[in-house]
Amino acid sequence: MSSSAIAVSGLRKAYGDKVVLDGIDFEVAQGSVFSMLGPNGAGKTTTVNVMATLLKADAGTVVVAGHDVATATKKVRASIGVTGQFAAVDELLTGRENLQLMADLKRVRSGRDTVTQLLERFDLVESADKASSTYSGGMRRKLDLAMTLVGRPQIIFLDEPTTGLDPRSRRTMWGIVRELVADGTTIFLTTQYLDEADHLSDRIVVLDDGRLVAQGTPEELKRQVPGTHVRLRFGGLDDLDTAARALAGSTRDDQELTLRVPSEGDSRSLRALLDTLDEHMINALEFSVHTPDLDDVFLALTGRTSAEVVAQ
Amino acid sequence: MNSVSTALADSAIMLRRNLKHTLRNPLVLFNAVLFPIVLMLMFVKVLGGGFNVGESYIDYATPGLLVMAVSYGLGSTATAVNDDMTKGIINRFKAMDVSRGAVLTGQVVVTTVRCLVADAAIIGVAFAMGFDPGASALQWLGVVGLVLLLTIATSWLAVAMGLAAKTAESAGLATVPLIMLPFLSSAFVPADTMGAGVRQFAQYQPFTPIIETLRGLLAGDPKAHDTLAALAWCVGLALVGYVWAVSTFKKRA
Repeated sequence: MSSSAIAVSGLRKAYGDKVVLDGIDFEVAQGSVFSMLGPNGAGKTTTVNVMATLLKADAGTVVVAGHDVATATKKVRASIGVTGQFAAVDELLTGRENLQLMADLKRVRSGRDTVTQLLERFDLVESADKASSTYSGGMRRKLDLAMTLVGRPQIIFLDEPTTGLDPRSRRTMWGIVRELVADGTTIFLTTQYLDEADHLSDRIVVLDDGRLVAQGTPEELKRQVPGTHVRLRFGGLDDLDTAARALAGSTRDDQELTLRVPSEGDSRSLRALLDTLDEHMINALEFSVHTPDLDDVFLALTGRTSAEVVAQ
Repeated sequence: MNSVSTALADSAIMLRRNLKHTLRNPLVLFNAVLFPIVLMLMFVKVLGGGFNVGESYIDYATPGLLVMAVSYGLGSTATAVNDDMTKGIINRFKAMDVSRGAVLTGQVVVTTVRCLVADAAIIGVAFAMGFDPGASALQWLGVVGLVLLLTIATSWLAVAMGLAAKTAESAGLATVPLIMLPFLSSAFVPADTMGAGVRQFAQYQPFTPIIETLRGLLAGDPKAHDTLAALAWCVGLALVGYVWAVSTFKKRA
């Protein structure tokens, strides 16, 4: 048995003529957070569904927790927890009953204690006995994840766990992921957000149109992507010329009269930049700071933006 | 634990879940239990006086009402099954290795329980309206047995319809023919008083022999050929429903 929690090789899946996964390979180390980054329609959910035994692959081998998903399906299921994109809670049941249902189905011995602990941990005690249909989106997502954790699965799949959540709920979700990993759980998560993958992951793969276009640590990946930069727009070519000469490493666009200057994005480097402009007595009409997002990653790795990928 | 006892335990857990659903959904209870009684009052008290069936109308109509009460409960079963399939919860159960059948048998059992309650209510109201059956204890047992068999058979059909439908609305709609069938049978008036075409349909459709068997049993005079036809229909419908449900469930997996 290898020390990988998940090993995928040559995974292919097509629906009719449409190839969704075109032979992908990756390994997830035990006790790590592994992120799959990609735009809508890249094949992230399909990948999760194959690993979670919900979908059969056309080709390739997928080994989860040391068991082949095709031949030892039951053993795989006993080791995993899945939280999909849409909260899979029973809306007619209360939060407590939903958790108890999971505890019953997984034959957890001290089910009642487990339920109480999870309600406390996810800050759901107050609404524990209300029907989950009355929960807000964030609460539903929390309940969903709490249900996944019943029975302490070794490997947890989170399919876009924060899509549609407000910033505060996103932070809470990130905190929970970190706690789980600290306990030794392996997390596989999919996301559309580079910052999320960046904050949480030990390793990231980028999926585009059914193929992995990059993999590495967040640092390795970001090195391939144009970093944070400042965008300046000027009133005329003279100002643009002067600024381009004064600011090393910048790239200019004569038509738009803009200059793109690499920067750390912190206040000190921004002040230094503004000071340089002052020294040369140039006024920028517009000043904006850009941090790399998924679009930049895509542009760098595939030469297309994620919007273009979706539009195809 | 071996796989049979696992499946049974899972089914019991699912049954508990479905029972809670039923008790929390007033519309389901209304459709399943109260609506058949409303129809019963309408047929017996409002329309029944105008029908000449050769015996007390409440004695004539009760067997048909028992069957109708069963079919009225099916719409909510199909809708509930479809709801489970279209919302994410089914994937959760699948990835957890809940026995495949448990999700479905839970629905069948809860439908059966609901229909038996509805039929008990019908019998109760019938007695209050002067129902006077001549059935022996053994024949009563036969009535319960046939109703049970009919409920299980049609529940599987409803589960299959719920699985096959794309939306919850169309799932409910798919069961409408099952609800209409008792009206086109000998439930409320004898088939031979109906117009040509409808009469033949009423004579040969599955619910007529079932209703006639119940009628015979309740009157203390069951006919063998009706009983055989009723049993054959029930077993046939159950098999079709079961096979259809299980294969659709696998396909949607």
